[in-house]
This record gives sequence, structure tokens and C-alpha cells, in this order.
Amino acid sequence: MRLLIQGGRIIDPQNQIDLTGDIAIEDGCILTVGATPSGFSPDNVIDATDKWVIPGVIDLCTRLREPGEEQTATIASETKAAASAGITRVVCPPDTYPVIDTPAMANMIRDRADSSGFSHVHPLGALTVGLRGEKLTDMAMLMDAGCVGVSNGLNAVENTLVMRRALQYASTYDIPVFLTPQDPWLTGNGVVHEGEVSTRLGLPAIPEAAETVGVARDLAVIETSGARAHINLLSCGRSVTMVAEARSHGLAVTSSVAIHQLLLCESDIGAFDTQYKVFPPLREASDRTTLLNGVRDEVITVICSDHQPHGADVKLAPFSEAAAGIAGMETLLPLTLELARQGHFDISTAVATLTCNPAAIIGIDAGHLSVGAEADICIYDPEQIWELQQHEMVSRGKNTPFLNRKIAGRAVATLLRGELIFLRD
Amino acid sequence: MMNPVSLSPIVSRMADEIKDRSLDAPLVIGIHTGGAWVAEQLHRELCIPTKLGTLDISFYRDDFSRVGLNPKVKSSDLPEGIEDRNIILVDDVLHTGRTIRAALNEIFSYGRPSSVTLAVALERPGRELPIEAAVVGKSIMPSGNEQARVSLKDGQLSYQLVVPDNGEATH
Amino acid sequence: MARISNEQLAHLPPDAAIQFDDRGYLRHFLTINGVPREALIQILDTAESFMTFGEREIKKVPLLRGKTVVNLFFEASTRTRTTFELAAKRLSADVINMNAARMSTSKGETILDTVKTLEAMHTDLFVVRDSASGASHLIASHLPEHVRVINAGDGRHAHPTQAMLDMYTIRQKKGGFEGLKVAIIGDILHSRVARSQIHALATLGVDEIRVIGPRTLIPTEIEAMGVTVTSNMMEGLSDIDVVMMLRLQRERMDGQLVPSEQEYFNRYGLTEEKLKAADNEAIVMHPGPINRGLEISSSVADGERSVILSQVTNGIAVRMSIMATLMGGTEGSR
Repeated sequence: MRLLIQGGRIIDPQNQIDLTGDIAIEDGCILTVGATPSGFSPDNVIDATDKWVIPGVIDLCTRLREPGEEQTATIASETKAAASAGITRVVCPPDTYPVIDTPAMANMIRDRADSSGFSHVHPLGALTVGLRGEKLTDMAMLMDAGCVGVSNGLNAVENTLVMRRALQYASTYDIPVFLTPQDPWLTGNGVVHEGEVSTRLGLPAIPEAAETVGVARDLAVIETSGARAHINLLSCGRSVTMVAEARSHGLAVTSSVAIHQLLLCESDIGAFDTQYKVFPPLREASDRTTLLNGVRDEVITVICSDHQPHGADVKLAPFSEAAAGIAGMETLLPLTLELARQGHFDISTAVATLTCNPAAIIGIDAGHLSVGAEADICIYDPEQIWELQQHEMVSRGKNTPFLNRKIAGRAVATLLRGELIFLRD
Repeated sequence: MMNPVSLSPIVSRMADEIKDRSLDAPLVIGIHTGGAWVAEQLHRELCIPTKLGTLDISFYRDDFSRVGLNPKVKSSDLPEGIEDRNIILVDDVLHTGRTIRAALNEIFSYGRPSSVTLAVALERPGRELPIEAAVVGKSIMPSGNEQARVSLKDGQLSYQLVVPDNGEATH
Repeated sequence: MARISNEQLAHLPPDAAIQFDDRGYLRHFLTINGVPREALIQILDTAESFMTFGEREIKKVPLLRGKTVVNLFFEASTRTRTTFELAAKRLSADVINMNAARMSTSKGETILDTVKTLEAMHTDLFVVRDSASGASHLIASHLPEHVRVINAGDGRHAHPTQAMLDMYTIRQKKGGFEGLKVAIIGDILHSRVARSQIHALATLGVDEIRVIGPRTLIPTEIEAMGVTVTSNMMEGLSDIDVVMMLRLQRERMDGQLVPSEQEYFNRYGLTEEKLKAADNEAIVMHPGPINRGLEISSSVADGERSVILSQVTNGIAVRMSIMATLMGGTEGSR
């Protein structure tokens, strides 16, 4: 099987490539990048003129709802949505039902993904048993079963000693640890950022300190444990500053931000619109600016969707009782590249945050277009102006504040191991 | 548009007519706003000792669900117990009869009068309810969509026939 | 009825804009935020006309004859529900009281399921109370256009009818709003009454609004609502014309927001001694029910400055006025 992607703008940040040319694919792997080898006779040619050809997107935070909540979404439904959005690999947190805290659970998810998935699925194992923050999981065996790291989901590890030991233990095997720092007492029953909006709407608030106290603690513990830590889903500008400072002192900590945090802020909540309810909450406009600059300055090296599909009913509730989260996979790539094209950061930086950077964090050989690599590729049409419509969403979750938003550019084709798994009509 | 016609002599004639009826200790009640003006002159000329009463029938109108509440609604102010009293109910123009229907309802929410005598300065065709006045100052015949508008300027009560602007309230 | 222009409407925050229909008339009464001054004044004026009805032999007017009003109280409150019930009955509406318990999760019947069931029975007006901020907004945005909603208190967010009866009482006792200095004292953080009072006072143009309480009970950035903050009661009461006390719920006395009832009363309880700092003719208000000896002393609550009972009396006429304002002209052009 031979395939030729012809005449596209090839952007591959890992190999520092940005050129217009062809990609030849043979037996699922990339044969050449740039000029087509003489005598190459493809079975199929994809015309990528005026399109961008980038590595398949890797989304570091995606909830698939399987196992446990198959009535909401499934591995099949959500990986199909991923494919339609140029995403070829998704990393799913361990907070499924039951929790991914045993090798058997990790194996089961990989089996289900192999049989019904449209993209690669990489589970994260639980950091502590049942995510309860008390006992460590069998992390090494979880990794053997195919996990790409460990995480405690959105559950805080309240006991700092447990956190330190978990990080020390993970460092023994160089296991990546995903953390979403927060002080659970300061978070309390809060549902929005503490500020003008929470005061006016009378909603229980989450102060900035709920995150910054958590970041400060976790950075201190990371430093003494030597773990490979990744701070997931930053929301506060001051957290970015703290991470930048730690990195400048040589701490090998990485961080990510959800795409919606780069576009929205607290005032967008409007009339108690539950589509804007997320955790961590939307912060102030100044936080958003600092987060954008954090991406530009490569303090934050990953942008993820924090995809959380929900049924309609759990959003049809008073704000404080509605479920948090956005079904964000289908807008991850287009909105990230839109921000880059608006000049908030380089296009190559943007592509890196979605491809080679997340691959490096979970330690897999992917997210690039090197010769010989598996041909996981996304073709993006920068000229297509479209509006996100509920009935056109592929994800089972239709919960997003970006409905009816005009977006410039979207994925038009996705290849997994050289096979065309998605082609837009 | 016609020139304003003075209503004072008309109302004086009405007062004479009411006197002829020799009502026992009557109460005069005028309907806001024009009716109250007419009632004031009647009250003066009839030399009635009890205070003049006024009614704002906004809360009793039957077109509330179509046109909403009158933004300038005033309090009704009835002088004393109306139970078993003879009431002279005064309005400026009798047209459909709906205002009088509303006024009667409101009066009865205060009690049960002995009698109600309706006195209007002007009367025109167009009744939609079986209501007629006992005392009429003058009968008029407006043409087309003309309406009689009563006004009080410098103590002078007058009326003229006007064609209302589009969208202007007709009450 | 006073209306808001398209341009004004475009500049309103979404939580305020939802209350107006596309011609700019008040459709729901969910928050005072964004309701223009003229509309508030008109509600007060209309309420004044309703004040005398209590003295009539027949206390009813036929304005809402044939209409169905549902008092949908997901949070129990006999006092408030009773005044709404009386107001609706004096307007000749048919009134149904629903004290509905609901699950605070998505399991079982949701808040909207309950509302849709009642709406199917041809309800014209919902009066809603709920413990969650934004509940009445949620309900209003899921009802057909002709159905009205009055917020009778949602979480910490708003209690606009209480604020309007407070404004009525202030105007009744002080003759107007210009030049007035008003202090709101107590648990501002959890108070929907305080938020609505602040919006109303600011819109009606008082001279100054001060909020007074310990920092644990003052929400962040409240200054953005147009108030000044002080934690010193005597300083805050100086020259004040209107003292608005808030209820401190005993269940908040967990030793974290306020150390003890004794210390709270010592600093923020309104006593005759502290009241001397205010203007000689200052009035004292409280939305009730009162915690005597916690936020206010009995001698002040029952004293000559107290207008607490007037607030209760005025509540019916003000709620009649709000209902009549929303329900007028529902069947055609206004």
C-alpha cells in the first residue's frame, strides 16, 4: 500500500521542518518528506495543495467515559470524534469507573481501544489506589500494562507525605506523573473563580490561592523527589510564573493548559451558562493573557482539550449543581491554530504543543514526521471557515461553549499508520 | 381640528339637573382624570359637604391582559363609607360603557351603595354594554376615528374633537 | 409600562437582559441588576396604589382573573410564600403552592422536569425560590415566551422583591433616595438580599452605600458593585440615614467565619449605643426573621427607629405591583 500526500505545507516542529512538498508513505510508514522519490507509484494520492500537513495530534487529557459511563460516551464514539479532529492519540485519565488502578483495568481499556477505537488510546494509571490519596498503586506493573504515566485525576492528594512518597516511588522507574495541583480546602464547594463575577452572581468561589498553594506545594515536593512531573490544566497566571521560575532553576517539570483557558474568562459565564462551568474554573482576563504568554515562551509546552463529554441533562441544572467540563476535542486543533494565526504564539510552537511535546512527556516515539516513523498525520485546511454545530459534532457530548462560533481552519483528513481514517466531504 | 369648546356652562346645566333629582346626602365620585375634573365643578356647584371622591379604575379594566397596566395609575380616594349612600358617578365622556362597568365594580369593592346615578359631560354613540347615563351634558357625533378629549387649562374645562396619533393610548 | 431601549438592552449583562422581552418590557423579575430606574420607580408608584386595598371590604382587584400562579418553593419559607400567595389572591389569580423537595444531583427528577410538568397545566406565572444561585434564570430560560417568572430568592444571588419592598419602605419613610447614606450590615457573602439591595440602591441613586462586616463575610471585589467596605461598625454608621441589617444564619456560626455569637454581637450587633453614631433620624430595617441578640438587640428591633413591621406590610403591595407589571399586556401589544 503506497500513498502520496501531495503539495501541502509540511510542518514538523520536532524536525524543524516547514516546507511545501510531498510525503510518500509505504506500508504505514513515512518513506520520504519533501520530494517524491523517482519511481514511487502510489495507490492513492491526496492533494494537499494549500493545506497544512502536520503530525497527528496527541491530546493529553481526554475522558472517553468508558468504562463506567457508556451511556454518556464510549471509546468508539470519542475516538471517532478524535479522528475527525486530526487527533491520532488520546491519553485518558484514570478516573473511570472503576478506576484504572490495576494492570487488569489498563489492559481492558487497551483491548477495547484495539477492537473499537479509531485512534491510539493511552491510559494513565492511578497514582493512589481508588484515587483516594492513601496508598500507592502498583505503578511499575501499570506501566507494563501499557499506561504512559500515573495521575490522581482531579482528586487532590491531601497528605503531602503520601504525595512525596508517590513521586519518589514513580521516579524509581522514571514514570511520568501528571498532577493537577489544588488545595482541596480552599477549593471547597466552589464552582467559579473568586472575583467580581462570583460576587455578583452569588456563586461559591474558588480563590486563585486554591491553585497556587497546590502548585507551590507540588513544586517543592517534585524538587526533592526527582520525579518526572507534568502539571496538568493550569488556570492561574501566577501558577505560570511559579512553573517558569522552577524551570529556570533546572527543575524538569512540564505543564499544560486546556484550550478553553486560552480563550475564555470568568465574565463569559454570563447568565449562569453552565457550558462555561469547568474545573479548574475560568479565571480573569489577565490570567488568560499570562497563560497565552506562557505558551509563547514555552513555559507551558502542551495544549490539551480536557475533553469531557456529558449528556444534556447534567448541564441543565443550576450552575453550582451542573457538571463541569467541555466536550473539547473537536475544537482543540482549530482553536489552537487560530490563536497562533492571530499572533499569540508561533505556528510551529502551536503545532509542537499538540504533537511532539505531549509525545515527549509520555515518552513515546510519535508526534513527528521523521522518515521511517508511523504515518500518523493530520491534514488541516487553514482556509475553511466553519461554525461548530451541535448536530455536526461527532462526540457523543454536545456540551461546549463554542457552539455557533465561527472558526477559521479545521482538519480535513486524518491518517493512522498510513491509513486514511477520516476524510471530510 | 375644531377649536376647544368650553364645558363649564354644560356642567352647570348638569348640576341643575342633579339638584332636581333631590338625592338624599349624595356623594360625588369622579373617574380619573377627566371625570374627576367634571366632578370637581359639580361638587362645587352642588355645595356637597362631604369630600369629593375620585376613582382610578386602572386595576379594574378589562383590557389589562392586552394593553397592560396604566403607568400613571393613581390611588382611588373615596371620602367615607359608601354603604347605603346615594352616589353620583361622574365621567367626562360616555362611549363604550366599559369604563363605567369597571368603575361600578370598584365601587362595589368598597361596599353596597343605596343607588348610583351616572352623570357624564359628553355622550357619544358606540355603546358596547347596556349602560346609559341619567344626566348628560351634551350629546356629540364624532366622525370617523375622531375622539372627544377633555382638558383643563387655567381652571377652564373644555373639550375638542381630535384624531389621535398612531399608537397613542385611547383611554 | 417603562421599557428599555434596544441600545440599553444590548449593553446589559446577560443575566439582566434575559428579563426583558424583545420590545424591552420587563418579562421576568429575576434580578434588579440592569432594570432601569424608571421601571423601579413605576413599580413603587403602582405599589402605592395597591396600599389602600387592605382597607376595602373586598380586597381583590380582577387584574389576574383566570390566571394561574404557582409558588414553586424548593426551599421552605412560609413567610415569603404567604406574602406572594396573598398578593396573587388579591389580584384574583388562582394560586397553587408547591413546596417541592428536590435532589441536588442529576439523579431523579430535575428542577426542569418539575417546572415543565407544572407548565403543562397552563401556569402563567411562576414564583420560584431555590437554594441554588441562578435557579430562576435556568427556569426562565426554559419556559415558553408567555410564561413569567419572579425570583423569590435564589441561593446567594438575588432576592429582588425583598429589595423592592425595602426600597418602598425607604421612600415611604424618607421621601426619596437622593442624598441618602445607607449601610448594609452583616453577612454580605451569603446574602442574596444584600446583593439585590445594592443593585436597587445604586440604580435609584442614593448618595452612598456602605457594607459593614468582618472580612470573612464580605465577598471579594464587592466594590465593583458600587459600595464602600468597612469593618468598623461605628465608623460605618456615622451619618447614616438608613441602617439595613442582614440575617446571620446560625448555621454559619461554625467558628470559622465568625468566632462566636458573643464576639459577633459585640462588634456588629446593632444596639442603641451603636445606633447613636448614625443620623438622629436614621431608620432601622431587617428582612426578617430576626435573631434577637445576635445581629440586633430587642430594644432596637422594637424601638421607634425600627420600620421592620412596615417592611412586612409593604411586602404585599410591592409584590402585587411586580406581578401586575409582568402580567399586563401578555396577550397583545402593550
